[in-house]
Amino acid sequence: MSKSTAELTIGPILFHWPVETKRDFYFKIADEAPVDTVYLGEVICSKRTPFFEPHYEEVVTRLENAGKRVVFSTLAEVTGKLDRKVAQSVAGGAKDFFVEANDVSALWYLDGHPHAIGPFLNVYNEDTLGFLARKGARHVTLPPELPASAIAALGKEAKSLNVSLEVQVYGRIPLALSARCYHARAHGRIKDTCRFVCEEDPDGMDLKTLEGESFLTINGIQTLSWPCLNLMNDMEEMQNAGISAFRLSPHSHDMIQTARLFRAVLDGEMDAQKATAHLKEIALAVPFSNGFYHGREGYKWVDTGVSFLSR
Amino acid sequence: MNQPHMQKPELVCPAGTPAGLRTAVDAGADAVYCGLQGPTNARNFPGLNFTPQELSQSIEYAHEKGAKVLLAVNSFPPAGRTQEWKDSIDTGVQSHADAIIVADIGMAQYMAEHHPDQRLHLSVQAGASSPEAIKFYCREFGVKRVVLPRILTVKEISDLHAEIPCEIEAFIFGNIGMMAEGRCSLSSYATGLSTNMDGVCSPASHIRYENKKDGSLVSKLGDFTIDCFHCGENAGYPTICKGRYDAKTRSGYYAFEEPVSLNLTRLLPDLVQAGVTALKIEGRQRSRAYVKAVVHAFRKAVDACMEGREPEMDTLLALTEGHRETQGAFRTKAWR
Amino acid sequence: MSISASSPSRPCASRLRTLPRIALAPIPLFLLQPLLRFIVTGVARRHPALFNRLGSSQNKAILIDPTNLPFALLLHPRPDTPTLEAVRRKKKVPHDAKITGTFLTLLDMIDGNMDGDALFFTRDLKIEGDTEAIVALRNALDDMDISLADDLAAHAGPLSGALKKSLRALQGIRRSHQ
Repeated sequence: MSKSTAELTIGPILFHWPVETKRDFYFKIADEAPVDTVYLGEVICSKRTPFFEPHYEEVVTRLENAGKRVVFSTLAEVTGKLDRKVAQSVAGGAKDFFVEANDVSALWYLDGHPHAIGPFLNVYNEDTLGFLARKGARHVTLPPELPASAIAALGKEAKSLNVSLEVQVYGRIPLALSARCYHARAHGRIKDTCRFVCEEDPDGMDLKTLEGESFLTINGIQTLSWPCLNLMNDMEEMQNAGISAFRLSPHSHDMIQTARLFRAVLDGEMDAQKATAHLKEIALAVPFSNGFYHGREGYKWVDTGVSFLSR
Repeated sequence: MNQPHMQKPELVCPAGTPAGLRTAVDAGADAVYCGLQGPTNARNFPGLNFTPQELSQSIEYAHEKGAKVLLAVNSFPPAGRTQEWKDSIDTGVQSHADAIIVADIGMAQYMAEHHPDQRLHLSVQAGASSPEAIKFYCREFGVKRVVLPRILTVKEISDLHAEIPCEIEAFIFGNIGMMAEGRCSLSSYATGLSTNMDGVCSPASHIRYENKKDGSLVSKLGDFTIDCFHCGENAGYPTICKGRYDAKTRSGYYAFEEPVSLNLTRLLPDLVQAGVTALKIEGRQRSRAYVKAVVHAFRKAVDACMEGREPEMDTLLALTEGHRETQGAFRTKAWR
Repeated sequence: MSISASSPSRPCASRLRTLPRIALAPIPLFLLQPLLRFIVTGVARRHPALFNRLGSSQNKAILIDPTNLPFALLLHPRPDTPTLEAVRRKKKVPHDAKITGTFLTLLDMIDGNMDGDALFFTRDLKIEGDTEAIVALRNALDDMDISLADDLAAHAGPLSGALKKSLRALQGIRRSHQ
């Protein structure tokens, strides 16, 4: 079977990991992961940004030497002074590196420069895609709640606009952003006095309903799904619909092996059912979900032939 | 307080039905905002909103009484279905709406291209919370007014005013969502219906209330329990961002926000001084009784404020969710 | 101001605004049915837009349970053949949704005097079953400019004055109790 031309990417780390963990993660990705592009940069909380600043240079060098493309992602929510400074420093660097815009304020700085659009910027339809393409967007990662029908319609449009499209296929699903920090709130603090308690939870903090059912995941100002997105079984259909890149969102478990499994499925070396079974062994100890893609509740697993994993 | 540069702000009030619109106009609204039936606006509730004919008649009514009508077409059309949203925009323009409120970049582009002379407002659903984002929308689409997200302090609004080329509309009363507007998929995560694409958060079709024998009330959204109110405790809607949950550090707590309502009566003078052009009341899904009481009270408060008197407020507490009020983010950053 | 936290032991019943039970207890329900039919068909004829607003909820059965009346009301809001019938509370009547409150709470909500959501927040209104049908009905009724009492009174022929007067008197009692 011929290898797929589809690309595999590593999305930005959404959680607050210790600096060393983060650096080692990227070194390992550079050396071992079968991925084409790696997105760097803090996209959730501007307060976290200073920690990793000193390490970008060595990480970028290592990744690029390993043949990986590096993209810098901008903050998803830009409100306060610090947010704006961070957004400007990243988006303003578009002359030197390829930037992924996650918020409209980044577009203000990026004007005219070729750039990417991230999943936090609302691209729901052809009209928006067309406008952004005319403004210099070359690559767009679609919002996670889009159903297959809309993804397919965008896929068709993207071809004529000469824009490539990406979809997240693995990892907890980003659901919401807020000005308030919910990690701090859970610890009886506020955002300004958070003391970075979010570092305690490398895959986010579980939130259960009053009936004890696991429901959501908290990551600072962000809320994510509790189950883990897994669209292994839908990648072939998406490729046919014009999606050319698939995003793995980093978690604390073995992302090298995770990337290998997705690569194997893309290349037709392993079927999705078998790969999903392997993935289950190394992934977060939570159910998989694929509901959004199938036009259903995002937390749900819709049976696509891998029924034993249902919730 | 009564300084010469204080411009009289526009009081922008909600209407879910033609009767609601007439109620708001008669109670003293300077402008009323509403939406057409279907998913093209962010309050797509059963039994609510306007047919094109009702919209046209209602606009006539408002104009006769000197009030404006702003049409919200402020959800995000999914690819393959944009025509319905464009039709809504066209309907609004043909009905002589005073402004169209949009959130989606594609729809803003449609407005700029096809109705360049029609006044365009940027919905709160666009989540434009920084000067750069707002300036972008103004430059690209000719946006005349931005409805600010409910996450900024008065000081930040004031700073923002100095940096942007358009008018500011700010929420002063009603339900407040905790999440960045237009970027929240919590509802579709739990129900399969999307706030952005279907125009409804916590859809009634997926809400269930269980009245227990001990007098407690359990509210559920889809398969998930969002809250449990014990006997005598004030209830709220099962909105995910206002639910009670358990975390490893705390149990049975409002992880995002308590069911409170925004009330900025006391900050009215500050908001006007900060450069806010229009003061917005939330609640298109609420009844005529709510609209009448709230609009009437704020009409008096705004008029008092402009005459340099302390705005006195009839108590609106009885109408608020959880019967509690907050000044939210507006007063201090400690809210965050 | 958390009413609840300070007095968790207060029984729920006392929170429903209790008014003297309306003295209809002995009335045989069959005597009421023609009057109810008259009400619902009249409203349907005069306000067709109200039924359009109901959308798919037109086919739902909604049980309206005024706690201080000796019977409940079952509404089928079908535009062509709407029905409203009095049913005994003891009898299990199949329904999709149920709304419970005192007679005057329900009347005030329908008449646009009080906000349904606010009554729900204070637990004066109880909602069960198909929430969508109840929300649709509430919103549809809210689009009637004219109050239901006035509407009925205007079309009740020789009864009109008396009907209107007694409803207004009841609402007056309610407000003086708040």
